[in-house]
Amino acid sequence: MTREGIIRLAVVVVAVAALEAACRLGAISPTVLIAPSAMVDSLWDILVAGTHTEDIFVSFVDVLASTAIAVVLGFLVGVVIHAWPALRAAVEPLLASYYAVPTFMFYPVFIILFGVGSGAIVAIAVLLAIVSMISATLTGLDRIPPVLGKTARILRLGPVERALKISLPAALPHLFTGVKLSVAYAFIGVIASEFILSGAGVGYAIAYAYNNFENRTMYGLMLLIVVAVTVVNTLLDTIDRRLQARLRR
Amino acid sequence: MSLVRSSLAEPSLTVSEPITMVPEDDHHARLVDVTRVFTPRGRPSVHALGPVDLDLRRGEFFSVVGPSGCGKSTLLDVLAGLSAPTEGRAEFEGQPIKGVPPGVGVVFQEDASFPWLTVRDNVAFGLKRTEVDAAEVKRRVDYAIGFMGLKSFADAYPAQLSGGMRQRVCIARTLVMQPRLILLDEPFGALDQQTRLLMGDELLRLWRETGATVLLITHALDEAAMLSDRVGVMSARPGLFIDILDTGWPDERDSRIVSHPRFGELTARLWDRLREESLKHLNND
Amino acid sequence: MRSTIGPALVLLGLVVAWEILHLVVANSGLPSPFETLAQLGVLFQDADFWKETAQTAQAFAIAVVISTIAGITLGILLGMNRTAGAVSEPILVNLYALPKVTLYPVVLLLFGLGISARIAFGVMHGMIPLTLFTMNAILQLKPVYRRSAAVMGLSSFDTSIRVVLPAILPEVITGTRLGFSLCLLGVLIGEMFASRNGLGYLVTHAMERGDMPTVLAVAVLLAVFALLANAALLALDRSRRH
Repeated sequence: MTREGIIRLAVVVVAVAALEAACRLGAISPTVLIAPSAMVDSLWDILVAGTHTEDIFVSFVDVLASTAIAVVLGFLVGVVIHAWPALRAAVEPLLASYYAVPTFMFYPVFIILFGVGSGAIVAIAVLLAIVSMISATLTGLDRIPPVLGKTARILRLGPVERALKISLPAALPHLFTGVKLSVAYAFIGVIASEFILSGAGVGYAIAYAYNNFENRTMYGLMLLIVVAVTVVNTLLDTIDRRLQARLRR
Repeated sequence: MSLVRSSLAEPSLTVSEPITMVPEDDHHARLVDVTRVFTPRGRPSVHALGPVDLDLRRGEFFSVVGPSGCGKSTLLDVLAGLSAPTEGRAEFEGQPIKGVPPGVGVVFQEDASFPWLTVRDNVAFGLKRTEVDAAEVKRRVDYAIGFMGLKSFADAYPAQLSGGMRQRVCIARTLVMQPRLILLDEPFGALDQQTRLLMGDELLRLWRETGATVLLITHALDEAAMLSDRVGVMSARPGLFIDILDTGWPDERDSRIVSHPRFGELTARLWDRLREESLKHLNND
Repeated sequence: MRSTIGPALVLLGLVVAWEILHLVVANSGLPSPFETLAQLGVLFQDADFWKETAQTAQAFAIAVVISTIAGITLGILLGMNRTAGAVSEPILVNLYALPKVTLYPVVLLLFGLGISARIAFGVMHGMIPLTLFTMNAILQLKPVYRRSAAVMGLSSFDTSIRVVLPAILPEVITGTRLGFSLCLLGVLIGEMFASRNGLGYLVTHAMERGDMPTVLAVAVLLAVFALLANAALLALDRSRRH
């Protein structure tokens, strides 16, 4: 582990320990925040007793489905936009401003279209995630060094072979960054939609626990989300960094 | 008659009068009245090259020098079949050039190694697509990797190599295809001076070993003077050959000829021809 | 001029697609673009709408000011020390990727149900990108700038004001632009959950009543506002690029 890594771990450990002490000593009321150890305890109970297994499963499947749809569709749309400069000139200024739009305000529209359930949730999550995949695809295709295209011609590669053996691997590190962002946005989209209006999923369970003053359950589930997102992001980030390092010339 | 200063001389390094190694009529590749005009959309067209005549003799080492933007790279693109001449004829081995002809290899200035493949896979990339059998592929790849001094890096990725090493990978990748004409577009432009001299030696070794015809585009006058049988000097845009020098070096030469008085004379003559053209470029920008 | 025709056509295409969607699923109550626009006209006459808008505007304005000042300050502090920057960057990136909405109950428990919870939630969203951008801008500042400043005999104060600040300004503006959008999102999500105030509440309340024209009218209005604000900041961003 690097020196920074050790310091980072120490910072996190000290922060958690301070929170633990504050809760145990009564500086923070248990009606506001429970001790980190109690959160772990609660999460353990939730997992062992299986009270929320179904919610966890629903959220997990929705995140996976949203990511898959956003990545595949975003890639295809990106390729089409890249190949069609007139369309690109029309769409690109809108892409740059896309994340300024509070997409969640349109969640009710999707509920009308798909009903309360996974359909509307996946739709809003895809809407959030897809644009980062489109942008990443455009970046990836733009950044293929022209000299690789020339090399493909010197080696007399056909268009299909060129796409599969040169363009795709050359763009891959950028595409992966798009996948990483898509996963993060899919998580945000799914959990937040469940939280605001839904009947299932971890987000819904947290909102339900809050409304019913079940602090212990609520914090256990929050810990689950924080840990899950951190683990997934760290994993994807590690792969991402490795791929990017290859491009550093 | 030895022209080499005795203190630095290698016994084998002697220079004879300019020699012609191949019959004059053996045109390996030739350009006849070639011009290239670019017409970018919405902007005035650019007359980049010509009309240019060029005869590359089989097995010779020919360098092209000229001011920046004189159309050197365009000339190479036409010979490589990457760019069709607007007017005139381009031929390789007696056939008109349409698209990239088989038997032509190109090394670019930019790093063209594939970052997602190991050195070995980079070198083997083009060859694997041909009908050459696996054992022969391996033999040729091993040979090229050894020849370019990449043996201990065969399983490394380009990102782990220096710029000079990556350019060796690109040269090795061209070498395994056994091209009869090798075109190099300022391949050492991004490298430091010492590395460039050493890479020049490698290039000479490769040229002797393969017997291929070599066309080198360069902006370094010393590189052209040291490496070539003949040096073509191009004018400012639109590029034309204003002079073609015979260097008269023997085949068995290397970077140590820079201490030869004739090297200084050649470089001085090249600069003499080029100075005015370079000034034109400088004042145009 | 040419550059605006394309995007305008795409937006027009979206409106047409909306109209088609309206015609296809008319029985399920998706209002047409025209109905939405008409409803917006009605809302503009409604005093309650302006009251909620004022609520949102107030929370949003305070949240933007706090997150801009705090984000830039924190970014500068973390960026000045290479170790501090390297230690905090992954933590900040992870916080950025976290579905912060799950933490909203904590904010509610800490700040109560009033406007301060929504401001805090807006700040939570808006501050992180600003901190990240400012910090990275300082960390990636070309060392030759500082060395040149030193050679020219600038004091460390002069170096900060005349060299470092102008050098990082473009990044800070980019961060402000992202922070601005996310801040709005944070405030609105805050209003959509456990609140009786603001445009977010207006939307959830309208949805409960099945009043889709109001939902869409407010959503479109906010989207247009966000896009215009973003376009303005983007123009500032581009003019400041080195």
